[in-house]
Amino acid sequence: MTATLIWILVALVAIGLYLSWTAGRLDRLHARIDAARAALDAQLLRRASVAQELATAGVLDPAASIVLYEAAHAARQAVEEQREVAESELSQALRAVFGESQQVDAVKAAPGGEEAAVELAEAVRRVPMARRFHNDAVRAARALRRHRKVRWFRLAGHAPFPMAFEMDDEPPAALIERAA
Amino acid sequence: MRIGIVCPYSWDVPGGVQFHIRDLAEYFVRLGHEVSVLAPADDETPLPPYVVSAGRAVPVPYNGSVARLNFGFLSAARVRRWLHEGAFDVIHIHEPASPSLGLLACWAAQGPIVATFHTSNPRSRAMVAAYSILQAALEKISARIAVSEYARRTLVEHLGGDAVVIPNGVDVDFFARAEPEPAWQGDTIGFVGRIDEPRKGLPVLMRALPKILAARPQTRLLVAGRGDEKEAVEDLPAALRSRVEFLGMVSDEDKARFLRSVDLYVAPNTGGESFGIILVEAMSAGAPVLASDLDAFAQVLDRGAAGELFPNEDTDALAEAATALLADPERRAKLSERGSAHVRRFDWSTVGADIMSVYETVTAGAAAVAADERTTGLWSRFGPARD
Repeated sequence: MTATLIWILVALVAIGLYLSWTAGRLDRLHARIDAARAALDAQLLRRASVAQELATAGVLDPAASIVLYEAAHAARQAVEEQREVAESELSQALRAVFGESQQVDAVKAAPGGEEAAVELAEAVRRVPMARRFHNDAVRAARALRRHRKVRWFRLAGHAPFPMAFEMDDEPPAALIERAA
Repeated sequence: MRIGIVCPYSWDVPGGVQFHIRDLAEYFVRLGHEVSVLAPADDETPLPPYVVSAGRAVPVPYNGSVARLNFGFLSAARVRRWLHEGAFDVIHIHEPASPSLGLLACWAAQGPIVATFHTSNPRSRAMVAAYSILQAALEKISARIAVSEYARRTLVEHLGGDAVVIPNGVDVDFFARAEPEPAWQGDTIGFVGRIDEPRKGLPVLMRALPKILAARPQTRLLVAGRGDEKEAVEDLPAALRSRVEFLGMVSDEDKARFLRSVDLYVAPNTGGESFGIILVEAMSAGAPVLASDLDAFAQVLDRGAAGELFPNEDTDALAEAATALLADPERRAKLSERGSAHVRRFDWSTVGADIMSVYETVTAGAAAVAADERTTGLWSRFGPARD
């Protein structure tokens, strides 16, 4: 009788430890998503700021300036639900404006343009990186959260179900080609 | 930035991953970062100042061959100590899915972890069985890097998730500036690689050689790499054997001169390549490249624009393409020119900057790397609360 009780107790403790370890894993994944999302936000903001700066600097022709300014402004102002669309539109605007390498050269030739072009090139390169890292974390967390043990024991607590950030982040070709 | 790099393979054994890590570490050291590399090494091996030994690797049968791996209590303790003493801003683990230092480090650390997947291993049964254990360690990785689009695809298929593609780096100028050696010039075909490793494809080239020599008898095949030379020419008619010259193992400097000199570089590899660094080196040296159409090779050669491709293991196609190229100096010059321009994207200045952007993306706003207390043992759970 006592032996059975002890075994039941041992089993319960083992299950408890396992669940606590799983909750720890999940907690770490949520922290990873938060960090990745913050990094993605930072890169998106940086991209929109440089784009807006370039649009108002007078180095581009008026039509290109307006297109770029509109898109950058909309991306910065977008509310959460429209963020993905607005950022995708900024990507398209950047591709339209910086589709030709002559345009990039023209920006670089302007005073202070070299730095602006480098910063924009860095930003358009890092946005897809940050987005992949974010969505990778989201996928890992979703896989774990769908598991029975997590759902039955409500290990995720009140954390919202993680969502991937989907957008068109294709960088303008002329900006990222770095022929030496 | 304080960077910790984990190398899964013995530092004293030459290999692609080890060279990649050495070049990466030296690139960051030159830029003024603090770099520490944790690698398996014999205690007697002289190590560069930035390498910390994780003890000797033990040869164990794994995945169909004998691999030299580090695991067990002592290795885990060394990983822990290294993490603790290093106080890194970011750690960069290479091959985190192989049961060696990479996996141990992944298990023991928390914080910004970057991982590079070099090989595109077919999914092994052990990995399927160990999937849940592996997943718990791999999900700590904040950023994954694959060395090619092909490696990324296998990674996504096997482990899910996503990765950014950053190719392996090469010091392009080191090869571009090498002095050509006249003795290796004039109707020469070059091959670099282990002679006795069939996947490097020397047997394919040997079978194609009689045809090439029939069309162009003055051609010479120069082979740089270790292995049994007699066995390699066994199937060749005795009269043709003198057209093959073996140079044995060559130093880095000689390899650069070799690639600068040969009239055509042939990479007949039959499989098992996830990147193809040798093609990048050959293009850096301005050698026209003819390679088998493996996925990884096709990508490095820009779908055939920077170097010619032939159907894998098709000796007739290889012989035909090689003969045509040797007979056409203009086409070779054009390939060489396109290769030299294409290869700039693999230079360390570009690749290193990309890897640094990954570090900066994952460290922005994150805490530094620390030992993961959660895995120290069950007892820690009963101890007093830590946070």
